[in-house]
Amino acid sequence: MKKFNVVGKPVTRQDAYEKATGTALYADDYTFPGMLYGVMVRVPASHAIIDRIDYSAVAGNPAVTAIVDHNDIPAQKKVGPIKQDQPIFSWEKIVTPGDVVAMLVGQNETELLQLRDKVSVEFTALPVLTDPLKSMDPDAPRIHPQYENNAIVHYPLRKGDPEKGFAESDYIIEQTYTTQFIEHGYIEPEAVIAIPLGKAKGVKILGSIQNPHTTRKVVALVLGLPLTKVRVVQAEMGGSFGGKDDQMNILSARAAVAAVKTNRPVKIRFNREESILESYKRHPYHMHYKVGFTNEGKLKSMRIHITADGGAYASMSPFVTWRTVVQATGPYEVENVFTDVHAVYTNNPYTGAMRGFGSPQPIFAQEQIMDEIALKLGMSPLQIREINGFKTGSVTASGQKLDNHEVNLSTVINKAVEETNFVEKWQKNQKDNADVAKQLNFANDSEANQFILTKDQLIAPDKTWRKGIGLAASYRGCSLGAEGIDVTSAYLSVQLDGSAYLLCGLAENGQGLRTTFCIVAAEILGLTVDKIFYLEQDTAIAPDSGPTVASRSTLMGGGAVRNAAETIRERMVRSVADEWKVSADSITFANNTVSSSENNKSVTFADACGITYKHKENLATIGFYQAPEVSWEEETGQGSAYFTYVYGCQIAEITVNIATGQVYVEKVTAVHDPGTVLNLQGALGQVYGGVTQGVGYGIWEEISVHNGKIREMNLDQYLLPTSKEIDDITAIFIEGKDEHGAWGAKSLGEPTLELGAAAVANAIQNATGTRFYHNPINLEEILLNRKLYPEDLKRGSL
Amino acid sequence: MKKHIKFLLNGREMACEVEQNKRLLDFLREDLQLTGTKEGCSVGECGACTIIVDKLAVNSCLMLAVQVDGAEVMTVEGLMENGELSKMQQQFIDKGAIQCGFCTPGMMMSAYALIMHNPDPSVEEIKTAIAGNLCRCTGYKQIIEAVSCSCGK
Repeated sequence: MKKFNVVGKPVTRQDAYEKATGTALYADDYTFPGMLYGVMVRVPASHAIIDRIDYSAVAGNPAVTAIVDHNDIPAQKKVGPIKQDQPIFSWEKIVTPGDVVAMLVGQNETELLQLRDKVSVEFTALPVLTDPLKSMDPDAPRIHPQYENNAIVHYPLRKGDPEKGFAESDYIIEQTYTTQFIEHGYIEPEAVIAIPLGKAKGVKILGSIQNPHTTRKVVALVLGLPLTKVRVVQAEMGGSFGGKDDQMNILSARAAVAAVKTNRPVKIRFNREESILESYKRHPYHMHYKVGFTNEGKLKSMRIHITADGGAYASMSPFVTWRTVVQATGPYEVENVFTDVHAVYTNNPYTGAMRGFGSPQPIFAQEQIMDEIALKLGMSPLQIREINGFKTGSVTASGQKLDNHEVNLSTVINKAVEETNFVEKWQKNQKDNADVAKQLNFANDSEANQFILTKDQLIAPDKTWRKGIGLAASYRGCSLGAEGIDVTSAYLSVQLDGSAYLLCGLAENGQGLRTTFCIVAAEILGLTVDKIFYLEQDTAIAPDSGPTVASRSTLMGGGAVRNAAETIRERMVRSVADEWKVSADSITFANNTVSSSENNKSVTFADACGITYKHKENLATIGFYQAPEVSWEEETGQGSAYFTYVYGCQIAEITVNIATGQVYVEKVTAVHDPGTVLNLQGALGQVYGGVTQGVGYGIWEEISVHNGKIREMNLDQYLLPTSKEIDDITAIFIEGKDEHGAWGAKSLGEPTLELGAAAVANAIQNATGTRFYHNPINLEEILLNRKLYPEDLKRGSL
Repeated sequence: MKKHIKFLLNGREMACEVEQNKRLLDFLREDLQLTGTKEGCSVGECGACTIIVDKLAVNSCLMLAVQVDGAEVMTVEGLMENGELSKMQQQFIDKGAIQCGFCTPGMMMSAYALIMHNPDPSVEEIKTAIAGNLCRCTGYKQIIEAVSCSCGK
């Protein structure tokens, strides 16, 4: 199929009308007769043994219908996607301040919130482990005594002979980079309702749930029910970005346990503080890179040690850090690589899936190193990437040859460079701003609060504002790769009036998946998109298709929808050709009609459905899509990690006020190759949103932790980018050819986020002549080369 | 203790009994079942609960219900014109300004309040008007375009 009727054209979102009129229903918008609320009881500790919980102060209170804790769990008490280390209700230990020991359940949420502090929890405080680099020390506190040590996972990657590579290098750069905890920042806090349906039917869960099938598995395990008796229906999602996975599974399980105990619907809804307190974050990384290269700029060897702070629970750490080990060397050919990636337990907030998923951190390091190498050799950032960047046939760090798709790395970089006139600007800034390092060094050497400037250190008003431009590029493996089983299904049922039900097992999280899938089905069946009715996500209808993660929906779900639509189309072709006595090849589907070029006959799509029905063909089907084989050798980190890849390049243009350290982002140019663009408006939205999150990661956003406790408990302290933070974003797509999914439509959501911080960091170097190694590069990082944190957890006047 | 209040809500006269300590947001969502107005942070930072009171965009999480006694109140449910989408709603849809949609009602209220006072705002003025409405999905660009195109131009 070459010419598209629907694909790539502007299409109205499936859910736009409801969302524009305030009638779309999010989890907290639902109430049910007799509904109770669940309120969490926590312990003011980061690491402690729970000695005794005394409910006597609340037990008889009429506001408390039930008290629910681990004793009420009929089956599995601890859950987790890889390691089952996270209790639904803690009973042995507290391992991080978000932990919940019990839930008060009653009709009046406000009263319960006042009562929860009256539950008395006696505990014995344990030493708190907050530094991931100390977690493997022999005397480190053990977070989970059932495991031998605090290791969550270790991934080695070994390629070639790194020592020989360093010996053959003319230069070696060694540097340590760090990144911070990040909050997903979905504007809708967590909310879920569990509705008991009785012994025969089990329980229904309705909530702000990213992966309904995963939630179903967890709730079924906790309640000891068969999967069929846990029905999970997704409410409209107010954002997720990877964040409403594990957290919502656990909240759903708590609500379900309470619903079964009370035989009434139970709602749990978090306010922002509780959301930030308990939900998982993006992993902070500590990254040490040693890179050897020649006078000609050829990379010879890389030695990389990365430690990820997994926090209190393993969650998705083993998958997140696996992506890191695959992609840690960036989109560059390196003969010799030695990489170790560790994830470890601490008492910090736990970390898990967040858009980007283990790639924004190494990109922050590795893309700055590429610029450092260029500077060392007097080259431009473009030249160094031209010399080392992947081309068709290149071999990755894991030994995978990139030869089954268009390797468009140089195409995206060159397009971004041309668009922005990058090289000229970069060279001019580098010269103009050579004097800034001296000014900033003063600040770096000073004690806080001791700014005594000598005359030559004063910044002339016309020298305050410095321009910078920075580039970052990446490759990204599509979908799950060797992380897991990668299959999807989609249910399609065409009705006799020519309309159709569609539902894929993957879930709408706000990204626009419903619309994209409708486009795929409409294209194949020659329908207009309004003929497709996308059903609400319900685990009772669509088969489990794995999680909606890894930018895999368009690729994998698109594949399943395409398969379903093609199956129906084949049946219709067969029936219509038979009815008209024409060849199957002559039948075409377009504009809600089915025609044959042989007899010039044409009927409405609905009539063609009638013909098919009359021919006793099934107009409903479940489409299926299976990812091609991938492979991974655990010991050596070698294999074909992902079955295909996408490429992106972003260029940030900024101005730094060198007197205040403030960074102003003027323009971000984002060039991505997501394969074929199915839904143009949705794709643009992914780029604008992803760029904004990426830049936020690089400059403003940080969750900081004091003795395991979070300082930034609400959006007054945790700074999400506002409408005024980025002047403009330009999105450009290069549609590289690929055979997979629906017409080679691949991944876009995460690639758009992973580059922003690195591009900004390189632009800041260009503006200040100074390299900063610790994300986020905020005011104090630029002026003092370190972060400033309050000494305690006091907030405002509290 | 309850208080009797009268106010104009989306053009309709209302007379209600309301607890004196009830937040305006809860009053709208719970007592009047107007769930289009959302709660995101409860401290006036995210703007999801933005509504218009006497032609000013306000955070309904920071007001008490009794404070709208005698006032003119508009929520997202009042944006429709004669059962049809208003120009701004249509533009939000057409420009791709909506992804998860949770910030959308508050965002449109801030923008609508701007246009009430300034029918032809510049891009900078639009950005300022919605600076108190956080959106995590869209990066704001298509929202700004939608607001810009909902004006007289």
